[in-house]
Amino acid sequence: MSQTTIVVAETTAPAASTQATTAGTAAADETGHTTESTAAEGGHKGAFPPMDATTFPSQIFWLVIFFTLLYLLMSRLALPKMAAVLEKRHKAIESDLSRASALKHETEAAIQHYEKSLADARANAQGIAAETRSKIAAEIEAERSALEKTLSAKLAEAEARISATKARAMQDVHEVAAETAAEIVSALTGAPVSKDQAARAIAGLKG
Amino acid sequence: MANDPIHQFQIKELAGPVNIGGFEISFTNSALFMAIAVATVTGILLAAAARGAPVPGRLQSLGEVWYEFIHNMVKNVLGPEGKPFFPLVFSLFSFVLAANMLGMFPYFFTVTSHVVVTASLAVFVVALVVAVGISRHGLGWFKLFVPSGVPMVILPFISVIEIISFLSRPVSLGLRLFGNMLAGHIVLKVFAGFVVSLGALGFGGIIGSVAPLGMAVALTALEFLVAFLQAFVFAILTCVYLNDALHTHH
Repeated sequence: MSQTTIVVAETTAPAASTQATTAGTAAADETGHTTESTAAEGGHKGAFPPMDATTFPSQIFWLVIFFTLLYLLMSRLALPKMAAVLEKRHKAIESDLSRASALKHETEAAIQHYEKSLADARANAQGIAAETRSKIAAEIEAERSALEKTLSAKLAEAEARISATKARAMQDVHEVAAETAAEIVSALTGAPVSKDQAARAIAGLKG
Repeated sequence: MANDPIHQFQIKELAGPVNIGGFEISFTNSALFMAIAVATVTGILLAAAARGAPVPGRLQSLGEVWYEFIHNMVKNVLGPEGKPFFPLVFSLFSFVLAANMLGMFPYFFTVTSHVVVTASLAVFVVALVVAVGISRHGLGWFKLFVPSGVPMVILPFISVIEIISFLSRPVSLGLRLFGNMLAGHIVLKVFAGFVVSLGALGFGGIIGSVAPLGMAVALTALEFLVAFLQAFVFAILTCVYLNDALHTHH
């Protein structure tokens, strides 16, 4: 790299320098008296500085040195450091993002878990409610049937009592009727009629 | 002296004449400002990368934007194969940018306003392109100058044109930067000189000097743009030329 550039400069230097010096002396005569400090500035000849080939070797020499130095500083020191900083940030962002997504997954799992337990609890509650309802219904049913049984027993008992009373009443009516009939007959005819005869006669009438 | 727009380009020896093998290589103001450019670039980048904060401050942001600007440029133009050239393109960009920007300070020397510096950088870039091209593709790289699908009759002309266009690359690359910096600084100095000259004429002159003063201010802003733009152009053209060497698909 340094060789090629220096060779280029070397080939152009002689031609340019002669031109520069001839032009320079002419220019120096003109500008020498107009400006006061030109002579003080290291005795420059007044050639157009960028075309002054006498300064070329020095510029190329120091350019090679300083550019090489800059390249080494950049490639060995500054750029790796800068890359490390950027890489660190990149990694930090990436890990933060992955942690965020992990937390998000965790949250989703927790929500799912919660919803599942909620559904379970609801199903449980419904089960318990249904069970309780059926139990209560059975109890009510049992109580009602027991009550009905006792009621119907009482009813039957009452009916039996009524019919017994009725039968007894009927019996009494027959007896009273026979007695009455016997007394009426005896009173009318004067012949004594027993209660049994009257009853037989009534039964014969009925029959 | 104040009104001499050429004076600012003068090379001054700072450390006595040094002569090696017939070459005058004294340490000059040009060399000093090259050193300042290197120190500035390295200093800013090291300071920017020093803390490595997750949320960058101003200086770190500057360093990161600077780094990623060139990094993306190299990646976009050269692709993944361009990675080894990133430090070089970065150094070229930074060197030219720092030299141009330092030149914007009054009384500072502009390293890139000398054609020998810009031409050396340009010749180096094109020599590197040739070297990389030949090492990657062997002699087949020279097919770059013989485009396929061109009729045999006009092929010699096309080849000559291709060769000329290739050889003009270092010239245009170097002269563009040199010309921009030289012309910009001369124009700035000329307008600033008007202000001084008119101001010396008395009251009317002071009124009249407002126009060139405004012009000088506007040109200063423009020169800052040019200083950045030329560094960018130099870097991206380096990438484009390197792309020719890496991916020869003619």
